[in-house]
Amino acid sequence: MKYVFILLFFLLSGITGHTTKLHVGSDKKYKQIKQAIAVAKNSDTIIVFKGLYKEGNILINKSLTLIGINLPIIDGDRKFEVLSVKASNVTISGFRIQHSGYATLDDPGGIKVYESENVKIINNDLYDNFFGIYIQFSKKCVIKNNRIISFGKEEQTIGNGIHCWKSDSLQIIGNSISGCRDGIYFEFVNNSTIWKNKAYNNIRYGLHFMNSNDDAYYSNNFSKNGAGVAVMFSKKITMRNNHFADNWGDAAFGILFKEISDCILTGNTFDRNTAAVFMDGSNRTLVENNQFTNNGWGLKIQANCMDNIIQKNNFIKNTFDVSTNGTLLLNQFKNNYWDKYTGYDLNKDKIGDVPYRPLSLYAVIVESNPTSMLLYRSFIVSLLDQSEKKIPSLTPENFIDESPLMKALKL
Amino acid sequence: MNRILKYILLDILKNKFVIAYTIMLAVIGWSSFTLEDSSAKGILTLLNLILLTVPLVSILFAAIYIYNSAEFIELLISHPIKRKDIWLSLFGGLAGSMVIAFILGAGIPLIIYSDLNQSILMLAIGIIITVIFVALAMLCTIIYKDKAKGIGLTIILWIYFALLFDGILLFLMFQFSDYPIEKPMVALTALSPIDLSRILMLLQLDSAALLGYTGAIFNEFFGNTKGMIISFMLLLGWIVIPLIISLKKFNQKDL
Repeated sequence: MKYVFILLFFLLSGITGHTTKLHVGSDKKYKQIKQAIAVAKNSDTIIVFKGLYKEGNILINKSLTLIGINLPIIDGDRKFEVLSVKASNVTISGFRIQHSGYATLDDPGGIKVYESENVKIINNDLYDNFFGIYIQFSKKCVIKNNRIISFGKEEQTIGNGIHCWKSDSLQIIGNSISGCRDGIYFEFVNNSTIWKNKAYNNIRYGLHFMNSNDDAYYSNNFSKNGAGVAVMFSKKITMRNNHFADNWGDAAFGILFKEISDCILTGNTFDRNTAAVFMDGSNRTLVENNQFTNNGWGLKIQANCMDNIIQKNNFIKNTFDVSTNGTLLLNQFKNNYWDKYTGYDLNKDKIGDVPYRPLSLYAVIVESNPTSMLLYRSFIVSLLDQSEKKIPSLTPENFIDESPLMKALKL
Repeated sequence: MNRILKYILLDILKNKFVIAYTIMLAVIGWSSFTLEDSSAKGILTLLNLILLTVPLVSILFAAIYIYNSAEFIELLISHPIKRKDIWLSLFGGLAGSMVIAFILGAGIPLIIYSDLNQSILMLAIGIIITVIFVALAMLCTIIYKDKAKGIGLTIILWIYFALLFDGILLFLMFQFSDYPIEKPMVALTALSPIDLSRILMLLQLDSAALLGYTGAIFNEFFGNTKGMIISFMLLLGWIVIPLIISLKKFNQKDL
């Protein structure tokens, strides 16, 4: 008897959950997306065919699925927020959304999600919007495989590619973002994942965390941004297998850590950044299995950092491997490979017998007196560095890798 | 004048030391580009060579050559030739032969391996540095008639430009670190031909970003076309002024 009830329940739910498909297009029943939304009921599907739709602001206040066929264009005419989502369980996929309005007070976006759950934004082109995708007070949203392109000239006049504010459990996967202020921006966003995205040529950061905890980003690519990634005032962020390249400029860096704690930075590659990792006030961070190559500074670790462990990294062909601004060092360096290491290994355990001091005298001098960078690559600098290596006297005593590796790790 | 110049030029080019110098430059030039994995690194290695070895060889060789040809100079003076012509041909012969050695040695790998703009600037800098230190050598030899003192002076000059000047700069930077010293420092750096050429070259390379704020100021001063012209005028000054002083002294000198 019980099974019959269950069967009946499923059958009924199947009937009530039956979705109707509404077609929108120049030769279809509905000419405008707004008309279709007005008629639709919860969990209906609206199929939009190729064409240009200029309908001002489109409000989605029902649980609908919007599917674009052959990339229909929804245009905001540079006046309106293009799509506003104010309902849960909405899916938007296959559209080109362009020319949103510009207003600094209410931040219009290509797609803006308000206080909703389970919204999916998949396979859209967001072209020349103020903000690309804007999520606020929302949960469990998926933003996947979107291409966001904007043409920002300066920080003040352009929004972020994917902007998330006070949200939880978001998944941001496989998007490519360029020309925005920040590629991806997180503020008060927890328990979220950022995976396989590509952020390049953004004006400020590729990815920006503010006050966000328990997030992770994996296998992303950040290149040629004003600066790669900034993680600020956050806790327990996991950063794995990302690639940071060509963040090159007067004040650029691969990653900036500002007042963060308990983070994990592993398996990342840093190539050709002015400063690959800049740590300021960050505590208990594990830096492991990263590859630092061709950077100006490999690791800038300020004296206000505590209990960080830096182990099993490769430092190859950086101008300065590490630098610091004080004499205090409360962090631990061990088992790293330094290409400038010249020690020997008598017992063949692949660990150098002589400790290595990664901090060169010139790095200390430059940190305390930036003007002395003018003497970069002059004879006196190499002379000072060499003599300091032989008889360390000015560099901090405890800035030392007791067990440097003889060979680079295969990462 | 042309005949003397030609004679001196050929005489120096046949000199074993100059041939060895050319070969050394060539070996270092080719190996720095083939051993380093990028041309940018190769050009930096070559930059070190140009800023250290080239001045030393130029100033020492020129001084020794002039001292050794003292009798030849006396012989020439006994003929009806203007002293100015003798001195200038001597300068031309020395500078010309060292420049040829430099171009043959370091110039060819530079042009083959490196970006055209960078290699042209590098060549120009190398040539000017060579000529500057030949001119300085001529000044040293005219100041001291004694060979030991004269060569000692050339070595001191080299140490000063290659090492001491930067040391003094570093000292000043720390002494006045509480003041906005970037602009005066840029001006001071421009006073040493080696420092000026080093920074001019660095600004053309990727490493310019490392120079930070001070680099930006330097770039503002010397990075544009006008600044390039000014800096090359400064470098030319380092040739012309020692040469004119030495020429005046040579004209009045009682041999």
